[in-house]
Amino acid sequence: MFCVHCGLPEADGDHPSCRGGRAALEPPRFCPECARRMVVQVDPFGWAARCSRHGSTTSAGAGVLTD
Amino acid sequence: MTAAAERTQENATDVLAVARDQVLDRGVGLTRDQVLAVLRLGDERLEDLLALAHEVRMKWCGPEVEVEGIISLKTGGCPEDCHFCSQSGRFPTPVRSAWLDIPGLVAAAKQTAATGATEFCIVAAVRGPDARLMSQVRDGIKAIRDSGNDIQIACSLGMLTQEQVDELVAMGVHRYNHNLETARSHFPQVVTTHTWEERWDTLRMVREAGMEVCSGGILGMGETDEQRAEFAVQLAELDPHEVPMNFLIPQPGTPYEQYEPIEGRAALKLVAAFRLALPRTMLRFAGGRELTLGDLGAEQGMLGGINAIIVGNYLTNLGRPAQQDLDMLADLKMPIKALGDTL
Repeated sequence: MFCVHCGLPEADGDHPSCRGGRAALEPPRFCPECARRMVVQVDPFGWAARCSRHGSTTSAGAGVLTD
Repeated sequence: MTAAAERTQENATDVLAVARDQVLDRGVGLTRDQVLAVLRLGDERLEDLLALAHEVRMKWCGPEVEVEGIISLKTGGCPEDCHFCSQSGRFPTPVRSAWLDIPGLVAAAKQTAATGATEFCIVAAVRGPDARLMSQVRDGIKAIRDSGNDIQIACSLGMLTQEQVDELVAMGVHRYNHNLETARSHFPQVVTTHTWEERWDTLRMVREAGMEVCSGGILGMGETDEQRAEFAVQLAELDPHEVPMNFLIPQPGTPYEQYEPIEGRAALKLVAAFRLALPRTMLRFAGGRELTLGDLGAEQGMLGGINAIIVGNYLTNLGRPAQQDLDMLADLKMPIKALGDTL
């Protein structure tokens, strides 16, 4: 699994910059399955992120990728 | 010297006493040197400063708070090099280019209106709009209107030509956002692909065409206190309808990635100082307040000169839930400006 904020493997280090207050203001940017950069659309009430290989996820169903 | 004479002399040199007479009583904004003196007040004066700024806001603007939602119509891939921005195509940021479709735009406008917001701002990360973007904006506004939504629509599409200004007026865009971003003297450190003066020119055309001018900036980009004071009075000279105040959120991959967010008390001083420089202007909490001020600081800012907010998320960053801000306004007994008040 990969970190959705920096795209590095979750198991590599503590990811301090991905756990702080700034990261809490960021939608996911990298696919947790393959670390590809996702196309992300933020709107006033949520976000949607799409990986070209693994499908889409939204703030409503955060973390669940659907084709 | 008598005690009364000493008090008179102290008041003549205390910037808050001067501001009470000059700004609160007469509605004349602070000068550059006066803003700088406010920014240099000790933290023990912060409470008095915020209270005065709130009095100024209530007297010259009233109790209403304007609520706005913003949406990114075109995200990322911008050719400009604004050093704070994750949407610049010149920096290795994780933000990828994306276009929002019309149904998505209509849905976001509908959700925004449902909060009681009177303002919906359509934003694109561009140097200036091309024909495709202008067409998308035109279609989007028509679709929002066709859906029965009468929320006021603002746009932020970068630098404009006179023809584009006229087109936006014809589309019914009532306000245009184009931030000066920072003091004129600091701008070349922040952006090198265009000038502060080019931004000013767009704002001049917007005003002359009858649209409301919205222009503010981002604080915490390495500017000095002197430059913050300079920026406040340059905005006062512009005399915009609205000034959005952002606090830098250091974005991964940008040149400002390692910058530290502004400390909370310094941010509150800035809010109050800008209010005292711009007594009649709508002063809006925008991006970065969550990181810089947190929940308590946001309330203090609302009681320290702010009279407008962006609710919900921003363009690429998340905000706190819109309902949390609406609850805060209810707790503070601050009425939300209604659409009928603005037309």
